[in-house]
Amino acid sequence: MDRRQFIVGAAKGTAAAASGGLLWYALLEQQARAAPPLRPPGARAEREFAATCIKCGLCVKACPYDTLKLVKAAGPAAIGTPTFTPRDVPCFMCENIPCARVCPTGALDSVFPDIAKARMGLAVIDPENCLSWQGLRCEVCYRVCPVRGKAISISNHPRQISKHALFVPVVHSEACTGCGICEKRCPTEVAAIRIVDPKLVQGRIGAHYRLGWKHEQAPTVESEAPAAADAARSAPKKEPGAGGLDYLNRGGTP
Amino acid sequence: MSASAPASGGRPVRHFEMPGSLAGKLRVWRFTIARRVVQFGLLLAFFGTLHWGWTLLGAPLLAGNLSAAKLAGAVPLADPFAVLQMLAGRHALATEVLLGAALTLGIYSLLGGRVFCAWVCPMNFVTDAAFWLRGKLGLGAGDDPVRLPSPTRYVILAVMLVLSAASGLMAFEAFSPVAMLHRELLYGVGLGLTGALGIFLLDALVLRHGWCGNLCPLGAFWAVVGRAAQVRVAFDNGSCTRCGDCVKLCPEPRVLHFGNAAARGMIASGECTNCGRCIAVCPESSLRFDLRARIRGAANGATAHGSTPGGST
Repeated sequence: MDRRQFIVGAAKGTAAAASGGLLWYALLEQQARAAPPLRPPGARAEREFAATCIKCGLCVKACPYDTLKLVKAAGPAAIGTPTFTPRDVPCFMCENIPCARVCPTGALDSVFPDIAKARMGLAVIDPENCLSWQGLRCEVCYRVCPVRGKAISISNHPRQISKHALFVPVVHSEACTGCGICEKRCPTEVAAIRIVDPKLVQGRIGAHYRLGWKHEQAPTVESEAPAAADAARSAPKKEPGAGGLDYLNRGGTP
Repeated sequence: MSASAPASGGRPVRHFEMPGSLAGKLRVWRFTIARRVVQFGLLLAFFGTLHWGWTLLGAPLLAGNLSAAKLAGAVPLADPFAVLQMLAGRHALATEVLLGAALTLGIYSLLGGRVFCAWVCPMNFVTDAAFWLRGKLGLGAGDDPVRLPSPTRYVILAVMLVLSAASGLMAFEAFSPVAMLHRELLYGVGLGLTGALGIFLLDALVLRHGWCGNLCPLGAFWAVVGRAAQVRVAFDNGSCTRCGDCVKLCPEPRVLHFGNAAARGMIASGECTNCGRCIAVCPESSLRFDLRARIRGAANGATAHGSTPGGST
């Protein structure tokens, strides 16, 4: 083999490896960037989870309720990684978190301290199909919620066509674990409360909006505020019309 | 190339003949039967633990699958190639999977890296079935429409590790048809079988031993590990007549090289799967399983008698 043949051969081999590698890379990223499914409690952030889950199924075996399933080929996420479908079997939030305990790689945090701190997803309500929003006293989701009263509360809501208020469920993201028991128990034909990836539904206000009335109710924020900011906030009160603004800011809905 | 070497010592070349008696047949098939027992037994242990709650000493017998497992609730096991992909992606991992991978690596570096391929891997059912079909169809290597250069699988292995490092994802595990087939067998069949079906067609009609012998990066990984393996097929050059019956059956045609085997006193290549097919068909009993350390001694002994030199690593 002369030098020319060697160089041509090496170039061909490299091109074959590169073309195959790039195609494989495209498939990898395609799979990794698909909408993430619901993960077991204590899971790392999605991309990190997909990269460290070895797909052994030990969490699936450990779950006493058969909640977890490994994603099949052509399934909704990285093939072989664990997920669950709350409408089939939700997570019943075992206190000892057996699924996370057995994870050999750390894709699930095996020392995750408290199941109530799990964030598997977030419950969202479809008011157009929620029975409570239609004026019925359903409230099933509120009553089955394992983080009762904290993740879902019932709040009254004025009703245009009658003197009777609506009593509607409201989800609080700071307490909702995404276990999906509400979705499982929702009596509508297709669940009107669903567990989704919070990133799909949650917005973010942005730091440049100052919600003054909230800050006044939160003493920790108030005490941390520098004196200059306090002075600046108190200044407008001396201006004409400040009394009206104060009324709006003093809490209570008008 | 290796089969055409001249017969040694001018002795008549006898060929392998399948014995007529059942006992003789069973003796020929002994390694194949043992491999099926081990392959099926492991699969059954995983399946029984998962679905029927099999236990050992009060703990689940063999929980998990071939990617990572726990034996008797105490001994962690893990696929070192999968862990290597994670490490290439620079992920912090729990100690358990690292211990499991080290333990598994230790076991296979004693038994022979590619012992996994012939004795454990579920894809072996598929590729052996394809090879059997080739025999029935009378297809030889010359009938294949495709031929791949010998380092292909090592290039694929390298590409998988480079991609794992570049993307931070497990490049091979993401779509490993081997792991997929294993999971389908354990958790219920589905579209994941398409990979195994594709490999069956490839092996049967397109490329002899196409997947295991040319493409699979997991096999390539175990071939690298197997370079230092202790259990090897020992070769007795004195009794070999170069009949070539072993070469016809060997799933890794490149490993049975009479020159190398005579020099080393064994099939030294890490690509040898220790499947034992060659041992079973050798009409002169020139091949046997032995430990590397003992074989090296024998080869040195042969050197002292003035035959082929070698035996050093």
